[in-house]
Amino acid sequence: MSKKVIEVNGLGKKFRIGLRIKRSDSLVGELWNIIKYPYENYKRIKSLSQFSKPDDSIFWALKDISFSVEPGEVLGIIGHNGAGKSTLLKILSRITEPSEGEVIIRGRIASLLEVGTGFHPELTGRENIYMNGTILGMRKKEVDRNLDSIVEFSGIENYLDTPIKFYSSGMKVRLGFAVAAHLEPEILVVDEVLAVGDMGFQQKCIGKMNEVARSGRTVLFVSHNMAAIQNLCTRALLLSHGQLKSIGEVKKVIWDYMNEFQREKENLIAVSNRLGSGQIRLTKFEVRDACNREISSIYSGQPVKFFFHAIRHDCEFNELIDVGFSIHHAEDDRLVSIFYSSYVGTMFPSDKDEIIYICDIEDLNLAEGRYLMRAQLMSRQQIVDYPVAGVGFIEVVEIDYYGTGIKSAKLTRDKPSMLIRGTWHT
Amino acid sequence: MHIHIKPTDGWKLFSSTELLHYKDLLWFLVVRGVKAKYAQSVLGVGWAIIQPLLSTIIFTVVFGYLAKVESEGVPYFIFNLLGNIPWVYFASTVNDAAGSLVANAGLITKVYFPRLVLPLSTAVAKLIDFFIAFIVALVVLLIFGYKNLLWGIVLLPFFLLILILTSLGIGMWLSALAVQFRDVKHVLSFIIQLLMYLAPIVYPTSNVPTRLHFIYSLNPLVGIIEGFRSAFLMHQPIPWNFILVGSFVSIILFLSGLIYFIKSERKFADII
Repeated sequence: MSKKVIEVNGLGKKFRIGLRIKRSDSLVGELWNIIKYPYENYKRIKSLSQFSKPDDSIFWALKDISFSVEPGEVLGIIGHNGAGKSTLLKILSRITEPSEGEVIIRGRIASLLEVGTGFHPELTGRENIYMNGTILGMRKKEVDRNLDSIVEFSGIENYLDTPIKFYSSGMKVRLGFAVAAHLEPEILVVDEVLAVGDMGFQQKCIGKMNEVARSGRTVLFVSHNMAAIQNLCTRALLLSHGQLKSIGEVKKVIWDYMNEFQREKENLIAVSNRLGSGQIRLTKFEVRDACNREISSIYSGQPVKFFFHAIRHDCEFNELIDVGFSIHHAEDDRLVSIFYSSYVGTMFPSDKDEIIYICDIEDLNLAEGRYLMRAQLMSRQQIVDYPVAGVGFIEVVEIDYYGTGIKSAKLTRDKPSMLIRGTWHT
Repeated sequence: MHIHIKPTDGWKLFSSTELLHYKDLLWFLVVRGVKAKYAQSVLGVGWAIIQPLLSTIIFTVVFGYLAKVESEGVPYFIFNLLGNIPWVYFASTVNDAAGSLVANAGLITKVYFPRLVLPLSTAVAKLIDFFIAFIVALVVLLIFGYKNLLWGIVLLPFFLLILILTSLGIGMWLSALAVQFRDVKHVLSFIIQLLMYLAPIVYPTSNVPTRLHFIYSLNPLVGIIEGFRSAFLMHQPIPWNFILVGSFVSIILFLSGLIYFIKSERKFADII
């Protein structure tokens, strides 16, 4: 039996939040408050680090977390903002203490929660390499040994003796990562550092992480970048509101993560703001995957099915229906695309009281983001039903659309709507 | 290596082996402190000479010539200079150490290392300024005709040790308190000024009523400054009674500061 490198048992961490200041509604009361203010403040600030009295201002950032990591594993940690990922990493890297439970770490651990920690703008690149290296737990000798290779990796040879305040931000990031890449711990904890830098540099980083992983060292990797998680990790862990939601096979955990998106299950029957004659009305919109499982988020390029449920209110009505939907950016309602069944020569007879119009989409190449769906039923160029506010939202997550492991669309400042699947050559 | 992370209740032991592992970090923090301080300044380290000299000149004019404060038969300039050198070390160390944790909040919330290296590095960095000023003082003493500096140099390590323990002790207290109560920053300059007038820098101890001498000597700086001055000037016997009380107080300050620092260390990252 191989010894586990990390064992986490019943880990919990609580914080105090909600430091409210009492207000009085009378002038005398307010004056009294001003006099009492320093004392109240003292109690308030003091209570930040005390948990003797349980009350509603205590917030558990992590609760009952237990898992273990085998040597050589690359564990991806995913979850929404505020799920407790950073708190978990901070406990593992001993920056903060847990409130309960315990962690046993067997081996030298180095954590990389930020690139270039401790860099000082007035110091030269060389001095900052030593500064950063020793902050990350290296000894001077280790830095000496790796100096050439760090400089080479960062590509700043010519600026080594220039104060880094004259560096571009990209150069600083490269230098920071170069130092971190030369840590030689048995366990490496990395937080979302790949989100910075240009594409070439990101690829370099991923290459380095792969190398670390292949050399049999254990890596814990937090990221929102599902492409990187899928490419690098052998196992993944999903945190949700401070609790461990699932752990295991990477694909499955990413799946759980995507389905966690709060789905707007609006019952369209109740919606009154709609246009059209109303003989048939849309009741529900849902997204399903290729196996007909209902999903709440889609990854770019995933084959999906849009289900539009409808009910016929007028049993005399028997016209051919043209179903159409449009996709809009959720934030500004910009139109992304429109697709009617008539575009591909399909019209639906209205011979049943309950109908589900299904649209199969082979490759939904939307870029990451949140989109508003609108749908409309038409017959003979007349609107039958059109819920004005839309029928629902879809969440699109980008996971390695191009199969390269590079976070693609997020790299550019302008958010694209559509991804292009293609190849390049001369 | 085997690390066991769990909530600690009550007291945590101070790990000197761990601190030793981070001695290179301590050194680079010292270098960073010194380099950053004098970066892009024309005079650079020259400021370490100019600062104590200028303030001594001001004190000499104000207290020596205008207020006619008596200086135990020694030229006022010399009297004040020898008081100023340990004082400047104390004041600047306490001032920088007190803010060292808050100023490095970015490090504390991102990386683990013994937090003690932060106040410690300021205490070490200020030693460089101290020695520069000290050498200048020796030159001044020689110019003024004080040839017998042997006793002073022999006793220097001892006085310096008490000075460091005192400065670091107060520095550790204040830095740990400042993490939680930012009031420390506002009170600090006032406290430092008050302490300066509670030590024999601009006036001689002989001006303090004898019945108050014991209370007066509870301020470790009294023993350090009086001892430092008498060892170099030999104008009076070395006041061992002051030095003894002061050393005792400084050891208490240092140990209590260390204990308080270690005890509050674990919550720094949460509340900074």
